[in-house]
Amino acid sequence: MKKDKSTSHESPRIGVFVCDCGSNIAGHLDCPEIAEYAKTLPNVVYVKENLYTCSEAGIGEIKKAIKEQNLTRVVVASCSPRTHQPLFSSSCAEAGLNPYLFEMVNIRDQCSWVHMGERAEGTRKAKELIRMGVAKSAGLVPLNDIESTLIRRVLVIGGGIAGLSAAQALAGMGLEVVLVEKTKQLGGLLNRINRLETGKDAKEAVAQIIDDINSKPGIKCLTGARVRQTGGYIGNYEIEIETQNGIVNEKVGCMVVATGAVPLIPEGLFNYDGRNVISLMELETRLEKDEIRAGRVVFIQCAGARTSDREYCSRICCMTGVKNAMFIKKKYPETDVRVLYRDMQMYGTSKEQMLWDARGMGVRFEVYSPDSMPEVENGKVKFFQAVTGKTISLDTDLVVLSTPLVPRSDSSQLANMLRVPTDQNGFFLEAHAKLRPLDFAADGVFVCGSGRYPATSTEARTQGIGVASRVAAILFKDKLVKSAIVAGINPDTCVGCKSCMSMCPYQAITYNTEKRICEVNEILCKGCGNCAATCPSHSALLRGFRPDQLLAQIGAA
Amino acid sequence: MLDVGRHPNITLLAYSELEKLEGEAGNFKAVVRKKARYVEEDKCTGCGACTQVCPTPVTDLYNEGHAQRKAVYSWFAQGIPSTHTIDPDHCRMLNGKKCGICQKKCQAGAINFEQKDKFLELSVAAVIVATGYEVFNPEKMPEYRYSEIDNVITALEFERFLSASGPTAGHVYRPSDRKLQASAAELEKKLAKSGKFLSRFEKKHGMATSDFYASFREGTLNADGNEGLAKDQNLWASKYKIHLDLEKEFEILKRKTDKISSAKKIAFIQCVGSRDLRFYPFCSGFCCMHSIKEAIIAHEHDNETSSVIFGMDIRAVGKGFEEYKIRGGNSSNISYKRSRVAEITKDASENPVLIYEDTKEQKIKKQTFDLVVLATACAPSERSSEIAGKLGIELDAYGFFRTDPANPLDTTRQGVFVCGCAHSPMDIPESVAQASSAAARAAHILMKYNDKKAS
Repeated sequence: MKKDKSTSHESPRIGVFVCDCGSNIAGHLDCPEIAEYAKTLPNVVYVKENLYTCSEAGIGEIKKAIKEQNLTRVVVASCSPRTHQPLFSSSCAEAGLNPYLFEMVNIRDQCSWVHMGERAEGTRKAKELIRMGVAKSAGLVPLNDIESTLIRRVLVIGGGIAGLSAAQALAGMGLEVVLVEKTKQLGGLLNRINRLETGKDAKEAVAQIIDDINSKPGIKCLTGARVRQTGGYIGNYEIEIETQNGIVNEKVGCMVVATGAVPLIPEGLFNYDGRNVISLMELETRLEKDEIRAGRVVFIQCAGARTSDREYCSRICCMTGVKNAMFIKKKYPETDVRVLYRDMQMYGTSKEQMLWDARGMGVRFEVYSPDSMPEVENGKVKFFQAVTGKTISLDTDLVVLSTPLVPRSDSSQLANMLRVPTDQNGFFLEAHAKLRPLDFAADGVFVCGSGRYPATSTEARTQGIGVASRVAAILFKDKLVKSAIVAGINPDTCVGCKSCMSMCPYQAITYNTEKRICEVNEILCKGCGNCAATCPSHSALLRGFRPDQLLAQIGAA
Repeated sequence: MLDVGRHPNITLLAYSELEKLEGEAGNFKAVVRKKARYVEEDKCTGCGACTQVCPTPVTDLYNEGHAQRKAVYSWFAQGIPSTHTIDPDHCRMLNGKKCGICQKKCQAGAINFEQKDKFLELSVAAVIVATGYEVFNPEKMPEYRYSEIDNVITALEFERFLSASGPTAGHVYRPSDRKLQASAAELEKKLAKSGKFLSRFEKKHGMATSDFYASFREGTLNADGNEGLAKDQNLWASKYKIHLDLEKEFEILKRKTDKISSAKKIAFIQCVGSRDLRFYPFCSGFCCMHSIKEAIIAHEHDNETSSVIFGMDIRAVGKGFEEYKIRGGNSSNISYKRSRVAEITKDASENPVLIYEDTKEQKIKKQTFDLVVLATACAPSERSSEIAGKLGIELDAYGFFRTDPANPLDTTRQGVFVCGCAHSPMDIPESVAQASSAAARAAHILMKYNDKKAS
């Protein structure tokens, strides 16, 4: 290992590299003039203007200058650090300079691009930006990346189709799995369902996966068990599980939340009585026992969903309603089956096909509006038929209320324990609604299945398998390496006021009751700097952004 | 995109196509054709100097034909890789004409007109198909007169209009109005040119054109002894007449273009090509939300915008979607109408007129809008059967790649997986989740194969 050319007590030797970015910068700013100016700045011993600093030739120039000019700081004035900082700082490291002694100045996105046609003013701004960058770089200190070990074992909470699929896929990739299921039986909601929309027996389908899981040596299934406590951080979580045979302690590298959701019991809705007015889930049981004796069946969709107190659409109930409507019609062709709906949510290819097929079989669909809700009373269903403009009253033998899946009552408790958020409806909230649907914002914790938002069995299975690759991307690395730009709290000056703890969005700060000070967990810290900005005694500092470094930068402005 | 481009484990072969796949799960041989870009990837820095000097304008399909790009181009500004490409159908050099100006301009020496397609043989354990979908062409639907009425556009065209980097810089100007503006601009150019021509005569003969023309018409022009004027007078007069006509035409057009404002009343028509037995029986899944999003953004741009979304069902079926739909109705001037629009015609001011049945009032209605946006279907890719043939996998009844609901990523060939809209229509979070799942399935195959090799 080469010795770092770190800061001794001698004054720093700064090299500045000004990038033309072809014509992107040089087309709008006077780069030679900027380079000349950079030479006049304090501690700058070398300046070079490049056509493309990021090209092989440009990188070569940096490396050569570090060696030949004995540079102890490198400043590149070019484009966005988002895209190019990793390249430049690693190039510094390759030439033996600590990568944290690199500073980047953006004279493209925030200068030449936004000040096109204002050459003189833009050039002046670029000079000022470089002056600030140079001033900050003089105060930089060498830092080392933080490394941590990874345990190749994963906790999956929930043994429904999502959790089972996650466990199966994780074990398939050679990772060890601890699967914790609250009830005594694996399979989740599918155990209570008669048939899948494909016509397959739901229990058989899930049993196949359970058999496969039981045959895999890397999966430890704990049924009738509950996670009681979690601690630690990504790569090194400590879990306490309460089982029928006492407490089990586990160490895992990542955690997967697959706790699912529960069907709403429609108490107080449409005169629900559990006999002639039943929920969709109760219908599944009756269908399984072949207990349907009804000449007229009416399904009411959105029973308890898409209302002012429960705004969301539960995604799967339309499909489940149509599936069962078709099942009844097929088995008892004489039965009159109607579906009262607001919008039939039969998205995609196969579900829309089900809707066509159901119509073809004679299932009748009647739209209702939330301003005139259907009424169920004494075996009659009354609703306003929009197409004819008439109120219709139907004699019925059975009313089926298609109720939504709702979050588990204990999900917020679990969320608190894992330090992950839930949304306004009580479902687990992923890191990004579009681009990171299976991740939590907290590193190392993932989500899949209906605990995130109602999902069909196929969707839950897809998500479960997907989580496996999110986990694998972390645990298949040799070790966890993260940036040294994290906060540190000076134990000598911290007064233990805990202001920083409430500001930390990553729960990376804990209070040491013995020493009566706050401490940062470097693995959990993401370097946002909230604590440093809050700390009244200036004990919390963010590395790479210390006050002296920033004040030097501001002072140069 | 950037992460993929920079990842040490990912080799990006953009502008490339699969030719052949042989072998079996764990041990495939794939032949990939890397199409000639005529730009050397390892030299091009993506600076765009070539594009600036290229003299050949080409219709920009990224902007849905509403703007122009050059024959040397990058598909869109932040594309990865940033390597530019020469369009062999339009480049002058590649079509036997003289040019090569980009080659002279490129400081990196990246332009290479001699580049040929390359064939790469790859050894892979698994294959993931993520070829996406195609947008349904609404010309196939005669009742909406997409090709006849300028102000009937597709959702993707509208997306470009809303984009700050799009052809209208984010202002929703109607295509018919943009045409007017374009002809006004062209006329202005013509006027300037003819004015220049006339001023040459003015200088030569020391006389204002209007004075010349007045005396020319009255017959009082004295060209005696002035040979030049005698020779020029007829041409001068005829050119001036043309100039006057142009001026008149320009004035009329100018009066029209001065009145142009952005589109304020917008109609969205759902299920264009989907849930329609003539075209695609399935639901495209994402278009309801896409229309709501576009209507909300249009309203954000201009608070006077109001939108009506016409659909059979509004399928706001996803996390937070129903809430978003309601928010659009409450605060973005969006109303939702349950109806399948029967026909679109237009009035004298190029305004589209919708004819539909209001099922709530049981009435046939006519309503005029500034702009109509068609939520076109998510159609299976036209070349999917060719791709299926090369991969040796099956398509389903709709033309997407077939999977089994119990193994939702696995195609009919072991080791070949599918995700995203190549699988079936779906939105972004679902596509992303599926992509992760496909990666897990592929990793599983890779590990099984490696274990076998090791033992």
